[in-house]
Order: sequence, then structure tokens, then C-alpha cells
Amino acid sequence: MSLTEKQYAPKAVVARKDFQSLLDALLSQKYEISGPVVRDNAVVYDRISQTEDLPIGWIDRQNHGTYHLSRNKKKSLFGCINGSHTWKKFLYPMEKLVLEARRDGKKIELQELPNEEPRQALIGVRSCDLHALQILDKVLIEGPYADLSYSRRRKNLFIVAVNCSRASGNCFCVSMDTGPKATSGFDLALTEVIDDDNHYFVCETGSESGLAILKQIPHHEASVEELAAADKAIQNAVSRMGRSLKTDQLPEMLQRNFDNPEWEKVGQRCLSCGNCTMVCPTCFCTTMEDRTDLSGQVMQRWRKIDSCHTVEFSYIHGGSIRSSGMSRYRQWMMHKLAYWPEQFGTFGCVGCGRCISWCPVGIDITEEARTIENSE
Amino acid sequence: MATTHKNNSLAGPEGSDVMMVRPFKIRRMIKETDDTFSLELGPRDGTRGFSFEPGQFNMLNVFGIGEVPISISGDPTKTDELLHTTRAVGTVTKAMKKLKVGDTIGIRGPYGKSWPVREVEGYDVVVVAGGIGLAPLRPVIYYLLANREKYGKIVLLYGTRTPEEILFRKDLEKWRARFDLETFMTVDRATGDWRGNVGVVTTLIGRAPFDHLNSAAMICGPEIMMRFTVLELQKRGLVDDKIFVSMERNMKCGVGLCGHCQLGASFVCKDGPVYRYDQIRGIFTKREL
Amino acid sequence: MENLERVLAEHPFLKGLEARHIELLAGCTSNVVFKPGEFIFREGEDADKFYLIRHGKVVVETFVPQKGPLLIRTRTKDDVFGWSWMIPPYKWHFDARAMELTRGLALDGKCLRGKCEEDHDLGYELMKRFATLIAERLEATRLQLMDIYGDHS
Repeated sequence: MSLTEKQYAPKAVVARKDFQSLLDALLSQKYEISGPVVRDNAVVYDRISQTEDLPIGWIDRQNHGTYHLSRNKKKSLFGCINGSHTWKKFLYPMEKLVLEARRDGKKIELQELPNEEPRQALIGVRSCDLHALQILDKVLIEGPYADLSYSRRRKNLFIVAVNCSRASGNCFCVSMDTGPKATSGFDLALTEVIDDDNHYFVCETGSESGLAILKQIPHHEASVEELAAADKAIQNAVSRMGRSLKTDQLPEMLQRNFDNPEWEKVGQRCLSCGNCTMVCPTCFCTTMEDRTDLSGQVMQRWRKIDSCHTVEFSYIHGGSIRSSGMSRYRQWMMHKLAYWPEQFGTFGCVGCGRCISWCPVGIDITEEARTIENSE
Repeated sequence: MATTHKNNSLAGPEGSDVMMVRPFKIRRMIKETDDTFSLELGPRDGTRGFSFEPGQFNMLNVFGIGEVPISISGDPTKTDELLHTTRAVGTVTKAMKKLKVGDTIGIRGPYGKSWPVREVEGYDVVVVAGGIGLAPLRPVIYYLLANREKYGKIVLLYGTRTPEEILFRKDLEKWRARFDLETFMTVDRATGDWRGNVGVVTTLIGRAPFDHLNSAAMICGPEIMMRFTVLELQKRGLVDDKIFVSMERNMKCGVGLCGHCQLGASFVCKDGPVYRYDQIRGIFTKREL
Repeated sequence: MENLERVLAEHPFLKGLEARHIELLAGCTSNVVFKPGEFIFREGEDADKFYLIRHGKVVVETFVPQKGPLLIRTRTKDDVFGWSWMIPPYKWHFDARAMELTRGLALDGKCLRGKCEEDHDLGYELMKRFATLIAERLEATRLQLMDIYGDHS
């Protein structure tokens, strides 16, 4: 990282009042901008163009199976850590057309699919979610076969990261070594600082395109005091992690506890609803759906986000491999924490805490790991 | 004796769409048993042939219905014909069975790790197949016979449920007539007019003529059958790193992206379907893995 | 007689038996030949023998009314079949029929039962061999029961 820092140094400061010029600069570069917005009492990610679209003055309270937004006095733009959405929807959409064919008698004509992918800018990507994108890259780009659409969208992506200055009750990025400070994989990284009278962003540049955008925004070189204020804000997040997970020897511990009876207990609580997979920033499983128009002439194949919590997920002729809810929860958790390191050299969990907040019965992956270990 | 992974011409070079299929024409539909059939396919898009390694599979797309992984059951030394053998048991395979000669099927592949036919040169080779498990092993037999001088004894042990469910009868007749291949067949149940062996396929292993110190085994069949076959081979003194099995899991993409085929930390589509037994013995008997 | 002892001693099933035991067994052994289709024993008859096959093929089967014989297990060269001779009430539970010309040795169960009672060492050696055989049959039968190739959908 020191290389990158040297390359694009020094750190700059952008005043709150100039934040709009960041969005304007991106818009002028024909980026579709997406960022956090408040909808239905939660933060979701959607298209934005104005600073006012952001969840100004809101913060999130998260705990086991709970998520609340509340107002705070500070008019922070990035007070909310995260919500039920993840950034992967912009890179790996819920539904994607992957094959189209037209029938002409016995002949089948394969259709060329549009290969233009949007230029997207994501505003407010947290360090945990940056790591999640890098994990998805390993799965969807760096294996023997790559997903073309994902690779193209990824290449086009402009990322404005935001370093966390607070943590939610379900955050454990410090345990996963994925935050709260963004260290790589961004074009610009902001730390929001709100003092008595001052509201500004300390801005770090992570790429040439980031530097090019920064040059279009009013800014000044960060002072020692401003840098210290930003560091202090990040330290605040570090010290307020809501959860923790012991990652040392974690895959080995889980592997040797495959038959631990504790799985049955969590299996009984788990509703197999799949929420955890839907809100997880690294879950990548998909299924395929074939559609035919009424005339039977046009046939389409759609890729859809899937969940390993469904019975059908592991179906082969004769029945499902994972027919019990217990085995499906175990698969999901083992995949994140035990199999992923072997598959991709990293955990499949970044400590964002979404699965804990959005689980209707409040199952906590960090607690489950502890329970299993303590019962050994 | 690691298995090889070969990136074939169809395996999606840089920047290509891995979901794109090649259209193939059905040249022949072969009824093998009541519910099992083979498709002989030829490429529609010009003359480019199809090469594969024994044990690899393709994704077969019945347009508008769906796509399924099916192992290649033909001769790997012939690149001008592509054979697949499957049972009509799901939506897609049932629709496939209704297709006619001349109809089009979309093909992606070949995918997956192959049987270690080159790694076992110099060894006796024991091929153990159960039911439809003979389909992914037939290319092995073709390959071994085409390179007969490179191997010691070759033994085929094949078990089915009933005599009616025996696949590839013509091949089996030819193979049984050969002196350089020992073929033993058995069925789980039979009635009065059956002249062959009766008993599960594992009962053939104890007496099969191979040198346990210098043999490799390749097994394909239902998981239970493979588990007990491994036990019998171990009893004969075969070591785990000379035993190979082929696993089956749900698959949507075939290329390691959809996540469905995970078996512990491995993906059956790219790390399998052929596994060396010592590399999966820890998870082989794990339930609901 | 010497010839018979040698054949017995070399049979995989009896391998490792002491010479004196082989000698005892030989006293209860006779050569047998069965023509194709010939019944070797039938269900319900006295089980007073067991058989070592030297060549040929035998099927153990049961007759299902209205359906005919249901084949359970075939036995070939070097196999052993028949163990009802050692378990009361010493009756055959199944039919055994030669599928082709079969030659082998028949060991007289009645005679053996007496010798095993007199010489428990011999009894133990035979019991070990038959226990292995029975365990193998049980496992194979369980696998057959699982109907592993069946349509489970």
C-alpha cells in the first residue's frame, strides 16, 4: 500500500460544501452514480446524483435480528454503516440474461447478446465491502473461467470508499482484518470528519482515475491536524466493534467439528429463509431459469441469484444432498469460514454483520463459531 | 498420479462468454434400456470436431427447457462424433429423450478433471462400474484398448440391478470376446433364464485378476456402491492413492461460478468429477456435505 | 486319498489348516459332478453337506409362486456354498442349482459336526472361515436390499 500512497500522495481535504462537485465530476465522466439512500426506514443502495440523496443525519442501530435508523445531531453524510443491500447487485445483478436463441423450424439461431456494460461509480463503499468485491473477483474473474459481464462491469467501476468512523452492533471487520480503514481497491477513499464547526473529508487517492477526478474538485492538501482527526475517527470505529470472531485456526476447528451436535441446535432455529445469503456481500451462488415466449420461438436463459438454504439447491436425481435445514446452515457457515480459505485463499466473510442484523431469528455467525468451539 | 485439467478449445478463452453454447445436431438416438438413451451429436457450426478426455462432461442445453451436465460416453480417439448417455429422469433429460434426429442441442464443454489414463500407464487397471456409471467409464475402456500395450491387465467389473438394465451390450459382447480385457458382469437380481452372475458388483472384486501391488482402480456408480467398492479394493490391498472415484452433485454452470456442486471445499465441476480417493476420503462418508 | 487331501489343502477356503485337520476333512469328503440344470439341493431338505467348487457355476435361488425362480447369488470356481449344515435344524433354506457342468467336493456335514465336537480346534478353524463367509453374504445381501441402482425418485 505504501507504494500506492506514494504514487498518489499527498492526502487531500475536500470540504463538505464541495462534496457535490465530486458527484458532478463523476457525472461529467458519464458514470452512473449509486450510493446509500434511505428507503422504508433502512439504508439501501440506489442511483444518486445529489448530495441530498445521501442519508444525511441518519445513523443505523444494529443488533441480533434488528436494524433501526435514527437521527443524530451531526449532519453526517455517511453515518450509516450499511443496510440490507450489497454492492454486488451492481456488478452481478439479481437476474441476468445469459443466452438467447430463436427457433426457425429445426434450426436454432443463437443470438448475440448486448455486451455493453454500464460505467458505474459507487459512493460510500466501506472497507469490508471493498474486501467483499475483491473476494468476488477471485470467484468470478480469477478462476479457470471468468464471468464476462462481471469482469467488464468491474473494469468500468469507479469506487469512492468511505472509512468508517463508527461501528454497528454487528460489525466485526477488525476480527476479519477487513477494516474499518480502506487500504486498497478504491479510486478515492474518504474519511468524514465532523468537528465543532468543521465538516470535511480527508481524501486518499488510490488510482490514476481517482486522481483525475480529485483534480476536478476543490481541495487542499491535508494538514497534520486534519490527518490526525481522520485517524482518530477511524480509531473510534476500531474500538467500537460490536462483535468479534477468533479467526486463528478457525477453518481447522470447524472442519473437525462437522458432526458436532451444536449444529442441530442452530439448525432448529434457522428458518432456511435465505436472508443471510441475500444480504451477504460475498455470496455468489446462482441458478438458471429458462423461459420461452408464447410462440415458442424465442428462448431465453436467465441467471438468477440463488441460496444454498433451499432444498432444491443440492438436488440430484433421487433427492437433495442437504435435505435438513441443519445441513444447509452448516454448509453456508462452513463455506464462509472453513471452505473458502481453501478455495480462494481468504475467508468468505468480511465481518460486515449484515447476516446477523437481517436474520429473522437473530442467528449470529460469530456466536455460532464460539458455541461450536466451546463445546469441543 | 494427479489428474489433469485440460483447457480445451471450448473452455472459454480470455474474454469469451462462458455461458455461450455451440449448436450440435442430433445424428442418432440410441435406446440403451427402458429409461436410458444415448445421443450421438455432430457440430452444426462447420467442421471443427470435439476432443475430450475420458471422464469429462458437457453441459447439454435443450433450448427453452434447461441445461444439464452429462458425461461423455463415446470414444475419445474419435473427434468427429460426440456421444452422451443419460437416464430420462428429470425435466431436461425427459425433454431430451423426446428430441428427434436432426434437432439441435446446445453444448458447452468439455469440463472437469478426467480419469488418470496416462498416469496409470504400466499398471493393471481395474474399472468398476455400477448401473449408468459405465457411461463415463466407457471412454476409459476405449482409450485403454487403443493404447493396450501401455498397460498391464485390464479388468472391467460391471454391475447392474437387473439384466435388462445392462448398458452398451454390443460393446460388452466385443469386450468379453477379447483376450486382453477381462470383463466380469453381475446383476443384483435375476429370474430363471439369466445365465450370468448374480450378486452385487462388490462381490466381483475379491476374485478379480489383478496385481494389487501394481494396480489402479477407477470407480463410477451410486455413492453407496462406490463406498463399498473402495472397501473391497482396500481389502485386496489397493492403496488409496491408486483408487479414483467420480462424484455427482447438482450443477448449474459447470465452470465453478454457480456454487451448486460444492463438495466440502472442492467444486465437483472443476476439481472433479474424478477424484483421487486419498484426497477426498475425509469427506467421502460425511453426511449431507 | 492323498490327492483329495492336496486339493483340500490348496483350496483358498481351507488354506492354512493344519495337516491333521485336512486329513480329518478328507475323511468326510467326496468328489461330486453336477450336470447343467441339476439341483444340488432343495429348500427344506436335510442340510448334510457343504460344497467347494472346482469349476463350473452354481446359483442359489428361491422359487416364487407364479413367477418362477428368483436368483439370489451365483457361485463359481474356488467358491464355497452351503452353511446350513452347521446350524440347527440343519435344513436347506434355499435351492442350489448347477448353471453349467460343475465339479467340486462335497464335505459331509454330519460327519464334520461330530469331528468338530471332538476337536474344538478344528471346529474353531472352520467356524472362523464360515463366519467370514456369512459376514460377506450378509453385507452383499444388505447391498442388494438397498437397491442402489433403483429409481428413487
